[in-house]
Amino acid sequence: MVQIEGISRFYGNFAALKSVSLDIAQGERVVICGPSGSGKSTLIRCINRLEKHNEGRIFLSGVELNDSKASEEVLRTGVGMVFQQFNLFPHLTVLDNLTLGPIRARGMTRKDAETLAMTYLDRVHIADQAEKYPRQLSGGQQQRVAIARSLCMEPKILLFDEPTSALDPEMIREVLDVMVELAESGITMVCVTHEMGFARKVADRMVFMDKGEIVETAPPETFFSAPKSARCKDFLEKILGH
Amino acid sequence: MLRISAFVFMALALGGCSDQWGWYVVDPTTASGYANLKFLLSGLYYTVLLSLTAISISIVVGLLVALPGLSEKKLLRGFNRTYVELVRAVPILVLILWIYYGLPQVSGLTITVFWAGVIALALSDSAFQAEIFRAGIQSVDRGQNEASQSISLNYADTMRFVILPQAIRRILPALGNQLVYMLKMSSLVSVIGMEELTRKANELVVVEYRPLEIYTVLVLEYLVLILIVSAGVRWLERRMNADARR
Repeated sequence: MVQIEGISRFYGNFAALKSVSLDIAQGERVVICGPSGSGKSTLIRCINRLEKHNEGRIFLSGVELNDSKASEEVLRTGVGMVFQQFNLFPHLTVLDNLTLGPIRARGMTRKDAETLAMTYLDRVHIADQAEKYPRQLSGGQQQRVAIARSLCMEPKILLFDEPTSALDPEMIREVLDVMVELAESGITMVCVTHEMGFARKVADRMVFMDKGEIVETAPPETFFSAPKSARCKDFLEKILGH
Repeated sequence: MLRISAFVFMALALGGCSDQWGWYVVDPTTASGYANLKFLLSGLYYTVLLSLTAISISIVVGLLVALPGLSEKKLLRGFNRTYVELVRAVPILVLILWIYYGLPQVSGLTITVFWAGVIALALSDSAFQAEIFRAGIQSVDRGQNEASQSISLNYADTMRFVILPQAIRRILPALGNQLVYMLKMSSLVSVIGMEELTRKANELVVVEYRPLEIYTVLVLEYLVLILIVSAGVRWLERRMNADARR
């Protein structure tokens, strides 16, 4: 599904990613963790070209991602993203947030787009809020709307960039529940998160990053019980310590 | 400052009672006063038409100049800077004279007083509009752009449906300012013979020789016009904010 071959990303002289390679299979659920500044967000942002890699190559469904038309086309309905800060459109209702992409980018009629939107709102258990504006919803509800918005583009792969980091603790659960349900539906997921309980439950593979490199990749059972590298051990001790 | 303005105000108020003033020129109860008043007010049509036409054009041009200013490409940003700096540096009166008297000589086109005024006012204002739009668009969170990109909106759709609706809400007070400014600056077009409020007043002064009363009426005409515009802009602001908070 996604092949990442030795990509690097520089900001001036600073290397946020240093020759990172990673393959993600169709239907696979990958959880990426690591200390802040380790390049996790930069890596997934390269997959939908919010960041452009300076070196190496990325393939999505066999098409190389670059500035070409073909790349644009495969990205159009290929990749969805859920952001830490939700990034809902504050001037539009929940329903309009969801239908904008399907109508403008997928060429659907308003009626079809609304039917589609209601299906996905129902899936994130928030269909009764369709006519409200984002600011009238709680953080957890907003993030679920954001998940529904990306689902409306019916992407082949869904990226999550620390989706629960901006939420109050009591709202994290409702978002994670929705993500678990999504994982069970078989969609390909790449998730940057510190929620290790979630990772244990749904991940097919754990990826640990530090200082712009992938340090360790392992299935969750061995990752949590027997991490190989000292850096990974150290990180896990810090976040699972108490 | 306060004392000086109080003094000026008193002088005017007292003057109203003394024989310095001759309000008869614009006294609506007399036939000639009524005719004079009607003559002064007849300039309203062109003042409003000129200002509204010019601001509509300058908003469109301003937006078109602002967008390249936000580009990643150096050349496009350079175009934006050059336009803004050059146009902003020319005094409006000079621009009006240059377009009306100068431009026909180079281009061979004859240009009416109205369109010379509109072009000069719109051009001059567009540089300021460009800066206002650039600041407004930049004030919208970067995440809005990224979210638009993640649902595959192209540049035009992102601007039209996501960024501009939010930016315009924020720059509305500044746009209102520009409209007020435009109404006042339209008085300058009187120098090339545009029959708007100021020109009408000048013409009446030449006939009646009562500049004090006639120009006072002129001041009041602009004041009322601008108060109406201010109220309109504030109403629009309230309505948009109510929309956003619903």
